[in-house]
Amino acid sequence: MSAPNKSYDPVEVEAVKPDEVARHRADALAAIAAAASLDELHQVKIAVTGDRAPLALANREIGALPPAARAEAGKRIGEARGAVKTALAQRQSVLGAERDARVLVEEAVDVTLPWDRAPRGARHPLTTVQERIADIFVAMGYQVVDGPEVEAEWYNFDALNFPPDHPVRDLQDTFFVAGGDGAEGTGSGMVLRTHTSPVQARTLLAQGAPVYAVSPGRTYRTDELDATHTPVFSQIEGLAVDEGLTMADLKGTLDHWATAMFGDGVVTRLRPHFFPFTEPSAEVDLQCFVCKGASVGDPDHPCRTCGSEGWIEWGGCGIVNPRVLIACGVDPERYSGFAFGMGVERTLMFLNNVQDMRDMIEGDVRFTLPFGMEI
Amino acid sequence: MHVPYSWLQDYVALPDGTTAFAVADKLTQTGGGKLETIERVGEGLTGPLVVGKVAAIEELTGFKKPIRHCQVVVTAAAEGPGSAADPQLIVCGARNFAVGDHVVVALPGAVLPGDFRIAARKTYSRDSNGMICSAGELGMGDAVFDSKAGDGIIVLSPDSPVGADAIAYLGLDDEVIEFEVTPDRGYTLSLRGIAREAATGFDVPFQDPAAIQTPEANDSGYPVKIEDPAGCDVFVARTVTGIDPHAPSPLWMQRRLQMSGMRPISLIVDVANYVMLELGQPIHTYDRQRLSGPIVVRRARAGEVLETLDGGKRQLDPADLLITDDSGPIGLAGVMGGASTEIHDGSTEVVVEAAHFQATSIAKTVRRHKLPSEAAKRFERDADPGAAAAAAQRVVDLLVELAGGTAEPGVTVIGAVTRPAALTIPWTHPGRVAGVDYTREEVERRLHQVGCDLEASGDDDLVVTPPSWRADLRDPNDLAEEVIRLEGFDRLPATLPRASAGTGYTHAQRIRRRVGTALASAGYAEVIAYPFLGQADLDALGLPENDPRRITVPLANPISEEQPSMRTTLLPGLLAALRRNVGRGTADLALFEQGLVFHPRKDAAPVAPRLTVERRPTDEELASLDAALPRQPRRVAVVLSGLREPAGWWGPGRPAGWQDAIQAARIIADACRVELEISQDQHEPWHPGRCARLAVDGRLVGHAGELHPRVVAELGLPPRTAAMELELDRMIPAEEVLTQAPAISSMPVATQDVALVVDAMVPEHDVEAALREGAGALLESVRLFDVYTGERIGEGRKSLAFALRFRAPDRTLTAEEASQARDSAVELAASRTGAVLRS
Repeated sequence: MSAPNKSYDPVEVEAVKPDEVARHRADALAAIAAAASLDELHQVKIAVTGDRAPLALANREIGALPPAARAEAGKRIGEARGAVKTALAQRQSVLGAERDARVLVEEAVDVTLPWDRAPRGARHPLTTVQERIADIFVAMGYQVVDGPEVEAEWYNFDALNFPPDHPVRDLQDTFFVAGGDGAEGTGSGMVLRTHTSPVQARTLLAQGAPVYAVSPGRTYRTDELDATHTPVFSQIEGLAVDEGLTMADLKGTLDHWATAMFGDGVVTRLRPHFFPFTEPSAEVDLQCFVCKGASVGDPDHPCRTCGSEGWIEWGGCGIVNPRVLIACGVDPERYSGFAFGMGVERTLMFLNNVQDMRDMIEGDVRFTLPFGMEI
Repeated sequence: MHVPYSWLQDYVALPDGTTAFAVADKLTQTGGGKLETIERVGEGLTGPLVVGKVAAIEELTGFKKPIRHCQVVVTAAAEGPGSAADPQLIVCGARNFAVGDHVVVALPGAVLPGDFRIAARKTYSRDSNGMICSAGELGMGDAVFDSKAGDGIIVLSPDSPVGADAIAYLGLDDEVIEFEVTPDRGYTLSLRGIAREAATGFDVPFQDPAAIQTPEANDSGYPVKIEDPAGCDVFVARTVTGIDPHAPSPLWMQRRLQMSGMRPISLIVDVANYVMLELGQPIHTYDRQRLSGPIVVRRARAGEVLETLDGGKRQLDPADLLITDDSGPIGLAGVMGGASTEIHDGSTEVVVEAAHFQATSIAKTVRRHKLPSEAAKRFERDADPGAAAAAAQRVVDLLVELAGGTAEPGVTVIGAVTRPAALTIPWTHPGRVAGVDYTREEVERRLHQVGCDLEASGDDDLVVTPPSWRADLRDPNDLAEEVIRLEGFDRLPATLPRASAGTGYTHAQRIRRRVGTALASAGYAEVIAYPFLGQADLDALGLPENDPRRITVPLANPISEEQPSMRTTLLPGLLAALRRNVGRGTADLALFEQGLVFHPRKDAAPVAPRLTVERRPTDEELASLDAALPRQPRRVAVVLSGLREPAGWWGPGRPAGWQDAIQAARIIADACRVELEISQDQHEPWHPGRCARLAVDGRLVGHAGELHPRVVAELGLPPRTAAMELELDRMIPAEEVLTQAPAISSMPVATQDVALVVDAMVPEHDVEAALREGAGALLESVRLFDVYTGERIGEGRKSLAFALRFRAPDRTLTAEEASQARDSAVELAASRTGAVLRS
């Protein structure tokens, strides 16, 4: 606000007359309303609020008025300038919104365009299913133990109560490391482990009882590769040795695992079987996922998944044979234990409906990629 | 083990309405035998199928082959020709029957296997109201009805009831249960054993077919000498003479053999097989007229040869147990008889052998000669020595009854039946193993059902003597299993033990998982390849002669002769997977594998000893095992080809290259929380100018880069295929490395860019390291943002442009402070690497 201008003759001050002020005000508002773009509005703004704008000039002349008239003129001009300012802001906002809307429309894109510039990877489902199983047991307090794949026969067979002349200790069933003198190429005393149970013998020998452990890993048997067999496969085995462990504990543990893995509806069954390293021994069956047992005795509705048996073999289990405990330095009078072992490929076939075991070993990325990071 | 259901019912009175499936399911649950399949015999066969009698035959001529128009009586009431409704007129092309013969007639409405529908029709211009059937047409192909018949129609014995339902008469309506038999339950390789289990399972009486009277041994039987009582502890010999060599096996026996999976051959052989199936005792029969001198059971002598009855000439091993006579070997004991004493079409005198041989000896002979047999299968699984005398008697009885033979009074019994050693267990033992409170009565009842004899000892102990057929019952837990399985596994409650408090995964296990996740997150797909390789794989990688990766662990029996060894590198398996993917049309590939490689230990003993199992081996003994085993470190490898980033509407893709392979190592190092040292190297199979040596704390861990063009060509890989392989075990720090949380300053950053010109051969890493060190404590980060080569800086030079960021923890840096820090960074780079600030 300029100071009173004493050089003006009050008589000459036309600009502050009420009529004039009202006219300037109306002109300015009309010009603002007429501005069609932000650029035009900018020009109008300079014209109606700049130093040379009529209301600005009028304002400067207030000082020339007699003191008694100043207050009223000041008020009048102030109101007019306020109205212009408000109108400018409103018009600015309207035109700005219009411009924004137009630009945003112009900038619209096709959001469905692909953007797979970073290729996706995946972990092998055999790895992740083993991890998932291990997670379940770790949550129950178990440790996860590893061991060598080329293993001493003693760990793989002898310590597990396989008699020296057991038929699987033969080139027909077991891969032997070449070497040593023995007949038929079995003289090296070293094999590709046929199960992950030797890891459990190692664990017992290293840690003693009590022990709760699972050992996932690769295993080898001389099967021909086909849709349901592979000479290199994976197993996960569990071992618990403690005071007073029973078959009932084994059953509860397997039930817990099956439920955690396959969901609440899963039904398990133990069925007597034979393994050298457990006594009593059992096989674990899962009720058929597909027919839920309904195909049994119903020849009109056979089930291909379970062969209309109602059950699918999942793995083996039993009470650790006391002879194994003795060989591993654990007192069978004080401790008892249970062990179980499942084929990982088989589990994956149930869980994810894998049809052909060869898919798991060929490394075709079209098989692996859909599995992502976790099962 | 194939069990015809009707045969089983001879020994067990199952509750009315019990189905074959119910029996199979029960035994599956009690462990008596695991159901494999149930086959419905006569599937697809529906009547009317009747026994008929040929009343008249009219020979028709004028056709391509001779045809008969027959009149066949098919009802019991009309026994002769000329009755009102009978006979039926039937056209037949076979000629092996005569008027008066009894035949099997399929009447109109019958359906034979293969959906062969029988209807009245006109053929060869005659009425034909049915069909006279052959064995093949009824689905009983192997059956022998008349040795002269060939494959003609069935001629039944004259006492077959005319008009009777032939389906029932021929045993065409039955079920056969196939059981899987576990190696410890050899006794269930017999109807007797299965029937015992079924009787126990259904709690009904068991009729033991071995419970028959047998005569006392005497001196007038065929002479037998056992020179190896460990290999053969019981030998029963009986003699039957006056056998009609043409007597056929009765139809019921043939049917039972057929359904059990054996071919009817001749009466004497069929009887031997029948008794084996019935009692589980393998029988061998010798033609007495071909035997010379006493039978001697002994081990083979070096150089001896035996022609077995399958025609093979067997070079015998001194460990083979033999049956011999004065002529030499006449049989591989318990495995297969010899050709020289075999029963033949004219045999009329038979010596019957029912013996017991040691299981392991038999098993070894079977494997040595690759000669599995039904007999050996039973001996390998501990046949019942107590069944020998009864089995011999059954054979004698059947030959007398069916072949008109005469049992000689001589009875040879060598050796004595021994039962397994008695075991003493607390009666509570089965309950303790199961976690179930069985009563003493339950325990005793089940052990009795198994065949054990029990005696109380003190208040709590039972002295249990297993029966002769249960040699597998050796330990207290074996007895516990019998009680638990027969009481039913479904009686077991489900309880959860309280495991000792765990500590989760080990540091190394967590790192391995992290490495896999990191690589997969970076776009790599995991492969699990077979860990085998061969010389050609190593040659293709261009490895020098003395490369340690050429020293492998060989297998005695590899899957393939091309890959006879355990891998020493992951690359061949990964590259094979890469090629397979490319071959299947996937070009852009990034694969990884994590797995063991195998290196023989220098100076290792060639043999891992077989330690005792009677006690815990000493630590020294255990160490001797591990000392023989190969080193088995865990490695990680990646291979890449094609585009690492795909082309798209955004523009061209980026080819995979050496940089990605080396970056994979950095990703792994990050996951392991170790500092990776990268330097130039030359190492097969990498491109000599594009190969990085990877090290941690100065120790080599692996290599990465682009593969050698020769290797790429040799293996038919896509051009510029890149690879990385490192030993993960060396990347995992002994102690867990915890990330130290940085202090985060909220003061403003001061940025300084420098461009340094160095000799083209100076590694960027060295320049950056000098900058980092020279810049001092105020430096927050250094980042290379450009590399320039060109005329403006001269040939053999490169310009590296770095962005340096400085920040103080407690104050705003002045321009002077930042410049000073930059200058000292440049100064150190200059003195270390000859870097010159680019003007």
